[in-house]
Amino acid sequence: MSLKRAYRAALLAGAMAIGLVAAAEAKPFRFSVSGDANTLDPHSQNAGQVTLILRQIYEPLILRGKKLEMIPGLATSWQSVEPNRWRFQLRRGVKFHDGSDFNADDVVFSIKRALLPTSNYSIYVDTVADAVRVDDHTVDIVTRIPDPILPDKLSSVFMMDKEWSEKNNALRPQNTREREEMFTVRNTNGTGPYRLTSRESDVRTELARVDSWWGWENKGLNDGNVTQITFRPVGSDATRVAALLSGEVDFVLDPPLQDVARLKQSLRVLEGPEVRTIFFAMDMHRDELLYSDVKGKNPLKDIRVRKALYHAIDSNAIHTRVMRGQSIPTGTFFPPQVNGYIKSEDVRLAYDVERAKKLLAEAGYPNGFEITLDCPNNRYINDEQICQAVVAMWTRIGVRAKLNAMPLATFFPKIQKDDSSLYLLGWGVPTYDALYSFQSLLQSRDGQPGNGIWNYGRYSYAEMDRLINIMKTELDSAKRTAAINAALKIYREDVPHIPLHHQMIPWAMRQTVNTVHMANNQLEVKWVKVD
Amino acid sequence: MIAFVIRRLLQSVLVMLTVAFISFALFRYVGDPVLIMLGQDFTQAQYDTLVSELGLDQPFYLQFAKFIVAALQGEFGISYRLARPVAQLIMERLPATLELSLVAAILALCIGVPMGVYTGLHRESWLSRFFLTISLIGVSLPTFLIGILLILIFAVQFGVLPSFGRGDVVKFGTWSSGFLTTSGLKALVLPAVTLSLFQLTLIMRLVRSEMLEVLRTDYIKFARARGLTNRAVHFGHALKNTLVPVITITGLQIGGIIAFAIVTETVFQWPGMGLLFIQSVNNADVPVMAAYLLLVGFFFVAINLVVDLLYYVVDPRLRVDRGAASGH
Repeated sequence: MSLKRAYRAALLAGAMAIGLVAAAEAKPFRFSVSGDANTLDPHSQNAGQVTLILRQIYEPLILRGKKLEMIPGLATSWQSVEPNRWRFQLRRGVKFHDGSDFNADDVVFSIKRALLPTSNYSIYVDTVADAVRVDDHTVDIVTRIPDPILPDKLSSVFMMDKEWSEKNNALRPQNTREREEMFTVRNTNGTGPYRLTSRESDVRTELARVDSWWGWENKGLNDGNVTQITFRPVGSDATRVAALLSGEVDFVLDPPLQDVARLKQSLRVLEGPEVRTIFFAMDMHRDELLYSDVKGKNPLKDIRVRKALYHAIDSNAIHTRVMRGQSIPTGTFFPPQVNGYIKSEDVRLAYDVERAKKLLAEAGYPNGFEITLDCPNNRYINDEQICQAVVAMWTRIGVRAKLNAMPLATFFPKIQKDDSSLYLLGWGVPTYDALYSFQSLLQSRDGQPGNGIWNYGRYSYAEMDRLINIMKTELDSAKRTAAINAALKIYREDVPHIPLHHQMIPWAMRQTVNTVHMANNQLEVKWVKVD
Repeated sequence: MIAFVIRRLLQSVLVMLTVAFISFALFRYVGDPVLIMLGQDFTQAQYDTLVSELGLDQPFYLQFAKFIVAALQGEFGISYRLARPVAQLIMERLPATLELSLVAAILALCIGVPMGVYTGLHRESWLSRFFLTISLIGVSLPTFLIGILLILIFAVQFGVLPSFGRGDVVKFGTWSSGFLTTSGLKALVLPAVTLSLFQLTLIMRLVRSEMLEVLRTDYIKFARARGLTNRAVHFGHALKNTLVPVITITGLQIGGIIAFAIVTETVFQWPGMGLLFIQSVNNADVPVMAAYLLLVGFFFVAINLVVDLLYYVVDPRLRVDRGAASGH
């Protein structure tokens, strides 16, 4: 009897000791951004604030490392076995958070789910014809055309559990047309380092460390010690900064630029480039501009006018004044993190007001002309201020630009109806490959899926189209890179856009937080170390 | 009496319909929800399908009729942004707004009335001047600025109160309350003070002027002549008679507090209906906006109705006049 009691006491003491150790090691991490994820369905909305939460829970076949390089995730290796067929070897022994095994059926299911019409991730699987299970840990993905960058794109497609999705009637990505809520909007079952423990949209999301995650062993995959994540979005900039200063949150992904200098005095601020480039796009299609006093012709079709507008912009002033140093002026339209970037084509036309005036005069506009600049005011960092500054710069060469700044909810519908002569756009590259930018922004709009879908200036240049088609299917990487470089040269010489800068994104955190700045503006909590 | 109530109810229905109609008409200018739902990459075919599935290609009057019929059945559709039923979203957010508004209204009354009485009685004292200066600030400074200042002082400088959110809440069925936890109560302080400040100054100034008015009347002089104590004169006679307009105004202001909570909720990330509304505006989430505006319209109409009825009950002159008029 007494032996039993002693045994019990020992057990209790042991349990307490374990409890104490666990308590000592608990590392909570609280972070905030301006907006919450609208849904937790892995294939429903392709937006940064959604993937920010999803990527802690779900994993793609291929992960991204600290420099956004591809590293094995749920797939351990991949190769192109035929021009139209990629083969992926899957990691063994991976389990979903509900305990079921990850296998080839889950991959086939997830890829096909991302292909469905209600998916917002179709750009990442646009060439996929079929996904085929070879054996339990091998999957073939068959493409319609040879796709050299399929692995790059699949690093954005999260893997779900087939059985779990079937059981919960979540076979399709959620959509609003159903008039009912899908299970996946607020419930998750991933393979990632953290699992969802509670969720109140717009208020609070809690995640807990999954001790059995396959990647904790691998130091190349994680660097963190966070056991508990609390995510609370704060919409008001000032309040979000206050919450960081008062220590109510440990990390803010999007501190307002004007506060960065002050935050640096007491907190840690990581600055780095984002894979997003800001530029002006122009209507180069209409024979007469919609919002201009030039009648009977379109001045923007004349390369001298485009160059004049370009020469007139003092990118350094925008860099130092408007962006307070948080930008990287550029002469091209995607940053160095993107595959295909080449330094020699990233050269701006010099800031030269006299030259700009001369070019305008040569083009037949010695007194300039009138035009309207459409500009979002809540989409990119300091977007409206950039437009104001540029409008003033253009006035110096006689171009009287009327600024039409509006919220994104009205800006995008306007430009998407081709209802603009000149507009500011920021373009991110989620595939980290140049093709995405070229195809969406500069290929002729010929009705083919993806071609020129954001080419609202309707730029069309046969040689450019030819080079873009090479980028799509050329499996030889040297030839492909050559095509990209040639296209970048056209971009520099033909001025289809007036490029401005790559956005920088400062992250602010308490001194106790260490992490890696990611150029996709996505925090990976597995890299976060809290002292 | 019953005829009066029925007439007022009919008027209320008309007001609600008008609110619904105007808000619905305005939504065509907030942006295109379909583009926001589709994200960065889509084809024209996808766009057209979604438009027809959402019924957005139908004529305006048909969309409006459908909306009203559904709303009468308590069916507000599904949020474009959050993909969840609107009624459920609003029910989740309603407690936060109502608790905040209630506390703000109580604060405004419990501080505003005594301050008003004091400034009415002691017009020349320095404390009165101080109160009046403060009230000027309350009236003239915008709510968001007051909120930010309070955050700066109490959250950042002294670190005694949270700068955002609602703290821990206790759930009773669909209702969630922040009254029962320390963190919930602490979180309530700054937003409630911010929200109440405008109403507080309004009530204080109202009570003050009413007091000054009443103190000049004959029955106060008679009360003094009867040798009643100051206390009895001020509170038993004077204050009692100033309260009728104060109650009316306060009732009407409760609707205003609920509606004005939008700004306060945005500053403090208070998870109420106002914040939901602002987030919906940014995403052109029409179903949520429509439901919110209808609900706020309903609050105003309901409060007005109650105030009117109370007037009818409280003020005997109203009944006498009407009786006399109908006698002719």
